[in-house]
Amino acid sequence: MFLQSRYFFSRLATSTIHSRCFASTLVIAEQIDGGKLAPVTLNALTAASQLKQDIDCVIFGADKTAETTTQLQKFNNSNIKKIFVAENVAFKGLLSEAVTPVLLDLQKKNNYTHIFGGSSTFTKSILPRLAALLDVQPISDITKVVDKDQYIRFIYAGNVVLKLKSNDTVKIITVRSTAFEAAKEGGGSGQANVEKLDSSVKNDLSEFVERQVQQSERPELPSARIIFSGGRALKSKENFKLLYDLADLFPGQATVGASRAAVDAGYCTNDLQIGQTGKIVAPDLYVAIGISGAIQHIAGMKDSKVIVAINKDGDAPIFAIADYGLVGDLFKVIPELNEKLKKK
Amino acid sequence: MAIRILVGVKRAIDYAVKVQVKTDKTGVVTEGVKHSMNPFDEIAVEEAIRLKEKKVAQEIIAVSCGPTQCQETLRTALALGADRAIHVEINGKDYETLQPLAISKLIAAVAKKESIDLVLLGKQAIDDDSNQTGQMVAGLLSWPQAVFASKVDIKDKQAEVMREIDGGSETIRVKLPAVITADLRLNQPRFANLPSIQKAKKKPMAKMTPNDLGVDIKPHQEYLSYEEPPKRQGGGRVSSVDELISKLKEKGLV
Repeated sequence: MFLQSRYFFSRLATSTIHSRCFASTLVIAEQIDGGKLAPVTLNALTAASQLKQDIDCVIFGADKTAETTTQLQKFNNSNIKKIFVAENVAFKGLLSEAVTPVLLDLQKKNNYTHIFGGSSTFTKSILPRLAALLDVQPISDITKVVDKDQYIRFIYAGNVVLKLKSNDTVKIITVRSTAFEAAKEGGGSGQANVEKLDSSVKNDLSEFVERQVQQSERPELPSARIIFSGGRALKSKENFKLLYDLADLFPGQATVGASRAAVDAGYCTNDLQIGQTGKIVAPDLYVAIGISGAIQHIAGMKDSKVIVAINKDGDAPIFAIADYGLVGDLFKVIPELNEKLKKK
Repeated sequence: MAIRILVGVKRAIDYAVKVQVKTDKTGVVTEGVKHSMNPFDEIAVEEAIRLKEKKVAQEIIAVSCGPTQCQETLRTALALGADRAIHVEINGKDYETLQPLAISKLIAAVAKKESIDLVLLGKQAIDDDSNQTGQMVAGLLSWPQAVFASKVDIKDKQAEVMREIDGGSETIRVKLPAVITADLRLNQPRFANLPSIQKAKKKPMAKMTPNDLGVDIKPHQEYLSYEEPPKRQGGGRVSSVDELISKLKEKGLV
């Protein structure tokens, strides 16, 4: 049955009159709350533009897609030729069952050789689903574009670097944000054309109920310059405030992260979790406080420019990768650090 | 209403092991290395068992694709509470290049064959870190998906699922049949006790091949090389908070 549908798709593709005869890339531009362009999209744009092909973008949203489009149009130096916009109430919550058929249709019409998305829970949800429908083996979380077929990604919690070659006719790729600079505004050839997609979506398989967003004045973890990260040794939710106090000394630049142990113990919410199964970060300064440094945690922060470890246990594995390690009781060290940084 | 659950389990190098890359860069050393069930799959199995305990599920079938040793992983699932197991046997070179797309096709084929209502999988395997299989199974079956689940509530052929997303969480409802993948937060897996391990030895385990399921497992990607990442030069120490601050100031970090 799968083989049959594949045959059908490929016939459809070759018979499309408007099919392109040159290579081009589709980038999924992700919209977050209030019509904001998700920062991960900018890293994906950088990775995609390394192929030096024309780029089309697509934006999905229940509303405010015009605002996202305007922001995206500023990135003209990334070869963006066209921006497809699909707005429909059915895209509320960006459910995979609603979004994927539209992407499938777009791919059938335009025969992209590459489809890129930033690494987010949204693209991780939809791109493998799309890939299966196109009979393609997707490539998750690349850290380097070698050429149009070859990519580098980490496996085993960042402990092994895998170089792979994809033989699929369309490469479906998510991009590890910390491995690619964000695209910069300006320059380029002018405004990308905007085309509204006729998005009459029928989705009776799934339904969005509600979203619980953690409100924070501090920068998002992947884009913070400084991260103060806490582990089990903080002992309580109340003590986590010590980290927020430190972060607030650097308004707009610093934020708070956590190890899985701290999350599991209920000291903070899990969207702060850094590691193999949480967020991957690479700030200028990562301060690991009361974190022993399990492989899974290190997988999420080892590309930080400077790592500081503060831990009572001088043998903790975190010290092996820290540029500056301070052995001491965090309940003494942190208040002292706070006082002295205030005076700086 | 009682549903039939298919739960996928992968045998992977134990999460606590420091993996070694082979000197010829063709893979990682797996011989003589401790393996265990992928941690996310343990959570998927646990959730299936809880659904059976709540009388939501009537039968749990565990499936694993890989070499003979996968049967140990399946026995573990049986000891925890799965009713029967299916081992899709894939050996040698074929297993080394077995990719999530092929695994998804195998699982989708088993799900159809067994008239499954819910496929439960871990959100990712900690060896290849792909985070793809659940989404692809759902795509292949044209079923809805609820990935990165932290809470699952099933009634009236519908699952209400809270899922972990960037910046918080969200709740969605999906119609069964559906695919759900487990996040770490979904539950705390139990341990198998000795009597249940003994009992698991008598539970049925069927063996199948990709051929039986009509699935082509040909790889779509070539793995060109495996390397160790560049080592970080750490290990520096400071003796006081003052020294730390002055070092960070020198570097313009604070």
